[in-house]
Amino acid sequence: MSAPDLLVIEDLAVSVDGKDILHGINLVVKAGETNVVFGPNGSGKTTLMMTIMGFPRYQVERGKITFKGVDVTHMPVDERARLGIGMSFQRPPVVKGVKTGDMVKACLKARNMTGDLADLAEKTHMTEFLNRDINSGFSGGEIKRSELLQLLAQTPELVLLDEPESGVDLENIALIGELINELLQKGCPIHQRCRSGLIISHTGHILDYVNASTGYVLFNGRIISCGASPRDILDNIKNKGYQECATCPIK
Amino acid sequence: MSHKINPEFQEKAKKAKDKKASLGKDIDLSSYQSEGSGSPLQIAPGDIAAEDKHRMLSAGVMLDDLSQRSGTFIQKDNTPIHHTASQEGIEVMATSEALKKYEWLEEYLWKAVQVDADKYTAHVELNNADGYFIRALPGKKSVFPVQACLYLAKSKLIQDVHNIIIAEEGSELHIITGCAVAKGREPGLHLGVSEFYIKKGAKVTFSMIHSWSPEVEVRPRTGAILEEDAQFMSNYVIMRPVHSLQSYPSARCVGKNATARFNSILVATPGSHIDTGSKVILEGEGSKTEVISRAITTGGTIVARGYIEGAKPDVKGHLECSGLILGDNGGIIHAIPELKGSIAGVDLSHEAAVGKIAEEEVEYLMARGLTREEATAAIVRGFLNVDIVGLPAELNAELKKAIEESEGELF
Repeated sequence: MSAPDLLVIEDLAVSVDGKDILHGINLVVKAGETNVVFGPNGSGKTTLMMTIMGFPRYQVERGKITFKGVDVTHMPVDERARLGIGMSFQRPPVVKGVKTGDMVKACLKARNMTGDLADLAEKTHMTEFLNRDINSGFSGGEIKRSELLQLLAQTPELVLLDEPESGVDLENIALIGELINELLQKGCPIHQRCRSGLIISHTGHILDYVNASTGYVLFNGRIISCGASPRDILDNIKNKGYQECATCPIK
Repeated sequence: MSHKINPEFQEKAKKAKDKKASLGKDIDLSSYQSEGSGSPLQIAPGDIAAEDKHRMLSAGVMLDDLSQRSGTFIQKDNTPIHHTASQEGIEVMATSEALKKYEWLEEYLWKAVQVDADKYTAHVELNNADGYFIRALPGKKSVFPVQACLYLAKSKLIQDVHNIIIAEEGSELHIITGCAVAKGREPGLHLGVSEFYIKKGAKVTFSMIHSWSPEVEVRPRTGAILEEDAQFMSNYVIMRPVHSLQSYPSARCVGKNATARFNSILVATPGSHIDTGSKVILEGEGSKTEVISRAITTGGTIVARGYIEGAKPDVKGHLECSGLILGDNGGIIHAIPELKGSIAGVDLSHEAAVGKIAEEEVEYLMARGLTREEATAAIVRGFLNVDIVGLPAELNAELKKAIEESEGELF
């Protein structure tokens, strides 16, 4: 029996500051599955993530986003977060005076989660950061760990990861991969997983650590290719470039 | 009458009795009632009305349990009504009594603040004001903070206060001062002179919480003189409404390596006019200062000043003023940071920023599931969450608690 659809995106067109970025995206993420979106800079990957999360700057011109069977197309960002969508930001803002630990507590509270702050911090190697202003002076790897710490507290059903490997050194990337796998319940048998992931990757490095079942190629705001083997897609991109992927069949 | 009159000060004060202050709205003193200070009383904290105690608590003054205090002083209107000192080497009494006890104290009067600075300082002198005298004897360190409360109860009254704080060589003194009013909407005028003398190697932390009301006008006049290796840290918090407040506390770092730090947390609610700042003169070689203010308006006006003057080589000073305008109620924040260097080798800097809450930050918190209101409140709390270096942990916690309680009223 096929897993139920968790996220369904239909004919989604999005503009940012009056400029059309996405042109009719169709995409489905099934419960318990992890999908990867590849694409060159400026192809609209981040716009897709931000639109799914619900940031007001990303204006939905047409189409529909359904999450857990609920039409969330025009739902405010905080309601989506409480409903179970969570996002790891690529460049999160510094919020002066707001401590990392307080953010984690807020994440737990918003979703009525019972996770333990100290345990979560230890797991993400963030114990020393709990009393620091969120994202203030954090290195690339520290930002990722802080984002994953907050997501682990939130335990969203749909995890949106925007370039989880960017700016992370080799030492940290295995840990990042491990944490993502925990978030996505990779330790459980497939049929028991109910959390899903949508990962944006520029380089595909994260695939060495996190298994994904479906890959999409986004190019100029359109999905030009889709396949059940993200690694094959990645190889194709490496060999032929993004543009050529348009000739790959959409499965 | 509280103490003998010094003709020289009286003469200067008389000449300045109509002298307008250089800053702030001019107040017509004749529209208020003056009264002399009564003889100091000794009322047990348990005999102070519950309602008054509650108001005092709003300014951080705890009277139900004095075990966490090295001393307590309360002045109601113009009369000291209670003083205790519970630690050896720490003195707490009315200024009038201290002047009777110590003849040498005359030498300290009007040295850190000028008697003829303006009509307000003049009024304090001419009205022979009382206030608190807090002193740490050489080498003595206050285990718990000393608390002082200046309480304005009578309507339309001018409360005159003259405080003297002396930290003798190598001593350490932590003081919490709370200023509060008895009634919600009665007019009143508070004139408070505070003179700090911080001797060689001594350290003073002074945390002041103002809890006034929408009809009260406030004109504190504060000066500190720091000797070699002395440290002065002032934390000032005003988050509740006030009609108008104008003050410009100044510290003169005259000794080598003296350090002055000022932290201010200012919130102007609609109708409040706050004009304040800190002035530091670095006269001692290697002296340092840091002046930090956080200003929020929800509709009132804040003029946030700062002035650092470097007059000796190797001095270092930094001014930081951040302002947040919340809502759309006509709130104004006017930051005026000033630096003056008069010799090569000074290192002075400032940064000032006035703005609104960054939408990006609000949305970031919302993406974690906080509502817009919760996200805004968390950011504002963070904004006011100045890390206060050098304050004892318990005192820091107390100050944060007081700030949090006032924040509760903001949202």
